[in-house]
Amino acid sequence: MATETQGGDAAHGEGGGLVFHPMDQFIVKPLFGDGGVGLFTVTNATLWMALAVLCVIGLMVLGTSGRGIVPGRVQSVAELAYGFVYKMVEDVSGRDGVKYFPYIMTLFMFIVFANFLGLIPMAFTTTSHFAVTVVLALAVFLFVTILGFVKHGAKFLELFWVASAPLALRPILAIIEVISYFVRPVSHSIRLAGNLMAGHAVIKVFAGFAAIAAVSPISVLAITAMYGLEILVAFIQAYVFTILTCVYLKDALHPHH
Amino acid sequence: MATETTAESASACVGPNGSAIGMPQLCGEWVGNQVFWLILALVAIYFVLDRVALPRIQAILAERQGTITSDLAKAEELKAQAEEAERAYEKALAEARSEAQKIAEETRAEIRQQVQDAQDKADAEIAARTAESEKQIAEIRASALANVETVAKDTAEALVAALGVNADKSALDAAVDKRIEG
Repeated sequence: MATETQGGDAAHGEGGGLVFHPMDQFIVKPLFGDGGVGLFTVTNATLWMALAVLCVIGLMVLGTSGRGIVPGRVQSVAELAYGFVYKMVEDVSGRDGVKYFPYIMTLFMFIVFANFLGLIPMAFTTTSHFAVTVVLALAVFLFVTILGFVKHGAKFLELFWVASAPLALRPILAIIEVISYFVRPVSHSIRLAGNLMAGHAVIKVFAGFAAIAAVSPISVLAITAMYGLEILVAFIQAYVFTILTCVYLKDALHPHH
Repeated sequence: MATETTAESASACVGPNGSAIGMPQLCGEWVGNQVFWLILALVAIYFVLDRVALPRIQAILAERQGTITSDLAKAEELKAQAEEAERAYEKALAEARSEAQKIAEETRAEIRQQVQDAQDKADAEIAARTAESEKQIAEIRASALANVETVAKDTAEALVAALGVNADKSALDAAVDKRIEG
């Protein structure tokens, strides 16, 4: 992939042709024409987000259109996804968290499909961009914070007041708790985008090495191994994002430690 | 958007050779576009899931649960019926067995009675016949004895007459009687 793009104009300068452009895959470019990227421009990001939406519709709507008592292949996957997220919300956030299950399901389905679609060669990984993950994480953060204050009012602040700790320690703990609370969206978003970006960039670096005949078999093996790892990461990061959302939701619903 | 360094590229984040300058993730001019389309995508997924997919899957799962529950109940019912039928069968079998035993017992007693009756009758008949036969034998013996006396007396008379002795008949009879008894 990397070698293709460098073929034309990367020849000048380097003699061996060993040029790495691991970050080129993350460039956002318009799908039609060569103009700039405006707010409403249809870009490759638009395309791959739309594909994720179509995949969600395909799995969750078309896959279940049979409404079989004995599910088919696609329907059982859809039911598996439903049961997986539902159980996660119920177990982590509690019975009263089930009300917010559609929101969490939306996040999970989008992230998991964006991650897996990004693994298709030449694809654009929408979730590798901070712009995307920060919006997701901020949405969770704002939703959870507002929900906490709406549900408990000022008592929501008890989340930062560790009643079980010795009185002398409580103010210090409160400062730490507040800091950790506001760091949540940062870690929440960077974890997802960072994992995907790093994995995809490493695959590109290995692909760059494939240009040298002597190491290309090792390079291909390494790409294969990384790809397997990336499949794992694609699911695990979606899972981690979702379960952390459930944990934050639990804090908003039950702020007492 | 206007940049001095890139003449051919439309973006500040892409170099003249088409490769990225720095991390594309940190390129400010792409943020708005991605956020816009992301929100659109999320809203679309949310509506599809909330309005169509999730209620449908929930209904499917509930229906399946209902089917399983009712099937289990039906199976339980059928099992109870089968057990009941088995109990009835066992009961009928036991009744039939005891009935058969009773009938056999009765029949046996009846046959025994009949055999006993026949035997008694036969015994009585045998006894009667035996008595009759004995009586006849006794009669025969008595008549034979009488005949023997007569024959002996007649013979003795004839012998005596043949010897030329004119003997008294009564004396001869007495002598014969005496011989016979002796």
